[in-house]
Amino acid sequence: MQSTYEADNDALTDEPPAERAGNLGHVAPSTPEGRTAEIEGTVGSIEVDNPRMVTRGVEVYYGDKRAIHGVSLDIGRNEVVSMIGPSGCGKSTYLRCLNRMNDTIEGCRVSGRIELDGENIYDRALDVVQLRARVGMVFQKPNPFPKSVYDNIAYGPRIHGLTTSKAELDELVEKSLIRAGLFEEVKDRLDKPGTGLSGGQQQRLCIARAIAVSPEVILMDEPCSALDPIATAKIEELIDELRENYTIAIVTHSMQQAARVSQRTAYFHLGYLVEVGETNQIFTNPRHKLTEDYITGRFG
Amino acid sequence: MNEHTVKRFDAELTELKALVLQMGGLVHEQIDWAMRAIVSEDLELCRDVIARDHVVNFMDVQADERIVNLLALRQPMGSDLRTITSLGKAVTDLERIGDEAERIARMGLQMFGGSSLGVPGPKLLRDASSMAKLAKSMLTDALDAFARLDVDLALSVAKQDNDLDAEFQSALRRLATYTMEDPRNVGHVINATFIVKSLERIGDHAKNIAEYVIYLIKGKDVRHVSTETLTEQVLDDD
Repeated sequence: MQSTYEADNDALTDEPPAERAGNLGHVAPSTPEGRTAEIEGTVGSIEVDNPRMVTRGVEVYYGDKRAIHGVSLDIGRNEVVSMIGPSGCGKSTYLRCLNRMNDTIEGCRVSGRIELDGENIYDRALDVVQLRARVGMVFQKPNPFPKSVYDNIAYGPRIHGLTTSKAELDELVEKSLIRAGLFEEVKDRLDKPGTGLSGGQQQRLCIARAIAVSPEVILMDEPCSALDPIATAKIEELIDELRENYTIAIVTHSMQQAARVSQRTAYFHLGYLVEVGETNQIFTNPRHKLTEDYITGRFG
Repeated sequence: MNEHTVKRFDAELTELKALVLQMGGLVHEQIDWAMRAIVSEDLELCRDVIARDHVVNFMDVQADERIVNLLALRQPMGSDLRTITSLGKAVTDLERIGDEAERIARMGLQMFGGSSLGVPGPKLLRDASSMAKLAKSMLTDALDAFARLDVDLALSVAKQDNDLDAEFQSALRRLATYTMEDPRNVGHVINATFIVKSLERIGDHAKNIAEYVIYLIKGKDVRHVSTETLTEQVLDDD
């Protein structure tokens, strides 16, 4: 496990937003990888007012290979930000930086600045377990613990000591299941294994598990790619409801899903953040040619 | 623009564009025939124009059907989405232009179809002839702008519409003068007024089409603004 944080004090300055937005991205050299030469910084405004998370000049290396090139992006409060792009574009890698999931990957090195509520999350003094309670995560494949439905939800609150009595824990479990839109379907089988639920139910169980520890941010890495359209619609409806109380960053391969659930969309390409903007604008009138090619299905 | 990974999508888009341009060519010819019919007092040609409006309507329906299918089956985004919605709106304007051409032909039947008013003098339709020339050129330019994605040409259509409006106003003044010169002209003047009004409307529709072209290319909605604002919005940026 090798994760270093290199302070990048130049990234945050008092320059006016308009000037910064255009200049922050790094000019990519022409490489054999192909089209990186077309990327000159990020198009669109990377900043939002009163952001929940601020990331500046984030670079990720897997060994010698640079997977993310100087990505700078704000994630606003109570908004859903979607990250789209072709496979290998770095969107999942970037997402995993936001709660230090990359720490667990051998040879992975993260630099740049990542802040949650103004606090550097790569600070050595920071407790990663606490961080992951504040920034929860839902994965592509539903991964309930091999425990009962109840214990899946109760696990987090127990280890974080969030409740003081059985009654309080019961209430938290119920509340989390209600918020995840799952309670009605599982209330009679709370003691049955979570792995016995359907795929869509398992995914909502994982969301309930994430929100049981009252996170500020929920990261979702292709949460619906293993689900059928009905289960997908339920998750999307849930995302829309959760937005009232949480900040959500979602990686998705489905552009339609990004269009449906998010307010802002970020387009990644070969490790660069090419364009970010209002979801409406990205899908009706993208400004960068790479974004346009991707969303219209013109990549050869 | 590169090709889509799904080649069939390119083919469908090309077919839709071709259909809309073909429809544009047909309504252009309808205006042409209708004007020729009234200038040469050709009742037969008037009836041909009226009959051929069905073809325009049929193409309208056909284009709409293709558009709905493309939206449902391809879920277009970005410039594809703008292309398809713009074409869909252009089709409606083309259909209306077809209706105006038909209306002109009907006026021709009234004027020369043996009414008790007698045959109108040639100077009554002089304004209509020059307005028709301008309206047709606007339509041609709007369609060319669509075909070639030429934003400057689209902008010029919007400007030509101001000229056409001015011609319409002076045509109305002259027609009013004819009535005052000899009140027996009033029946024909009313018919001629309908004709110049139709031509003025054709110009408006051509301008609408030009505005869709600007939206398609620039992603900016430039409808319902003055020509100056429109020009500013098109030129500012990039």
